[in-house]
Amino acid sequence: MTSAAPRDDLVCCPVCDALHTLDATPEGRRARCIRCNTVLSSGGPEAMMRVVLLASASLILMTIVIFFPFLQLRQGVFTAKASVFDTVMSFSQGVMAPLSLAVGLFIIVLPVGRLTLLIWALGPLSFGTSPWPGARFALRWAERIRPWAMAEIFMIGVAVALVKLADLATLTMGPAFWSFAAIVAITAFQDTQLSRHSIWTALDTARSTR
Amino acid sequence: MDGTGHGALHALTAREAGLIGCRTCTRACAPEDALCPRCGAPLASRDVTSLQRVWAWWLAGVLFFVPANVWPMLITSTVGRAQEATIIGGVIELWHYGAYVVAIIVFVASILIPVGKFIAIAYLALAVQFPRGHRPGPLLHLFEFVEFIGRWSMIDVFVVAILAALVQFSLLASINPGLAAICFAASVIFTMLSALSFDSRRLWDRIDAAAP
Repeated sequence: MTSAAPRDDLVCCPVCDALHTLDATPEGRRARCIRCNTVLSSGGPEAMMRVVLLASASLILMTIVIFFPFLQLRQGVFTAKASVFDTVMSFSQGVMAPLSLAVGLFIIVLPVGRLTLLIWALGPLSFGTSPWPGARFALRWAERIRPWAMAEIFMIGVAVALVKLADLATLTMGPAFWSFAAIVAITAFQDTQLSRHSIWTALDTARSTR
Repeated sequence: MDGTGHGALHALTAREAGLIGCRTCTRACAPEDALCPRCGAPLASRDVTSLQRVWAWWLAGVLFFVPANVWPMLITSTVGRAQEATIIGGVIELWHYGAYVVAIIVFVASILIPVGKFIAIAYLALAVQFPRGHRPGPLLHLFEFVEFIGRWSMIDVFVVAILAALVQFSLLASINPGLAAICFAASVIFTMLSALSFDSRRLWDRIDAAAP
């Protein structure tokens, strides 16, 4: 057993605890854990900018999602419209109320929260200015709520619902539907852009050179 | 333990080096740090209470999964007639419509994934508690799979929410969520918490100890 001093170029794999020394990873390349193959480091300053821009785009689309109709149902002379907000409120009666809250968190609050936290923490960095206060806190929580932001799962749910209703009525997708689809695609791409190590190292560097 | 990484499975860990690895930002921290100096996350070389939490959430997840399958998920009322459908009833109905792909998606998301997850988490927790020369490859893939797949079980809850929101005002029918929806959501949330409580580094310690 040896005891080493904590150094900044040491990277611990979050999955298996293997210790690595890492130099700067070239743009477009990835460093993986030698033992369990988890991505340890990827991307450079350009990737940071990309993440911030993608997150901003998603956030703008999210406002469309909340305020515009999502699906429209027509059956003879009857039409019904539902927004994402209506979907959240569909459980709001009686004992199901907590479920309404949970669905609201999963498909609106947490995705929006994660995007806002990411922009707060990384926005100033990508423009080369010093980080805003609370950047560390924002970044830590952006990572923590990640499994609970379920926008993409909601989209699959929409597809299933469409099939279930297909022979009952005519369904049309509103602007919110396409915005939501775009957000899902953007988020999936954005999540592949940066690793925790790269983000935290960048934040570290920015804080120390302030 | 030379830590040079030969043979991939015998890497020097932060713990063996007398350091604590931060699971949030991957920094190697000094053993006396309680919070990571870089990101402020609480540090633990190994999470010793992890297995208790895994089992507690696991049990809660299993308990809620039972009523989720017995009670109705959807209550469809057409003029004067109410019809209740359980999760598996919904799958069978979709199959009869001829929507085979969707029926399979719902079946996989609502039955196969939750059950598979219960078994997988229990197996992983037991592998940490009673190491018996498990092979590392399959265990690791199992863990990654469980972490990735758990959220997808939520599909059916969202389907119910969308259906209920849309089919409320037309004369044709009205659809209301049944009690199973909230039980199912609770079961998925508890199982996710169970998987998130798992400290994968302990699994790797066991794999390392068992390796020749």
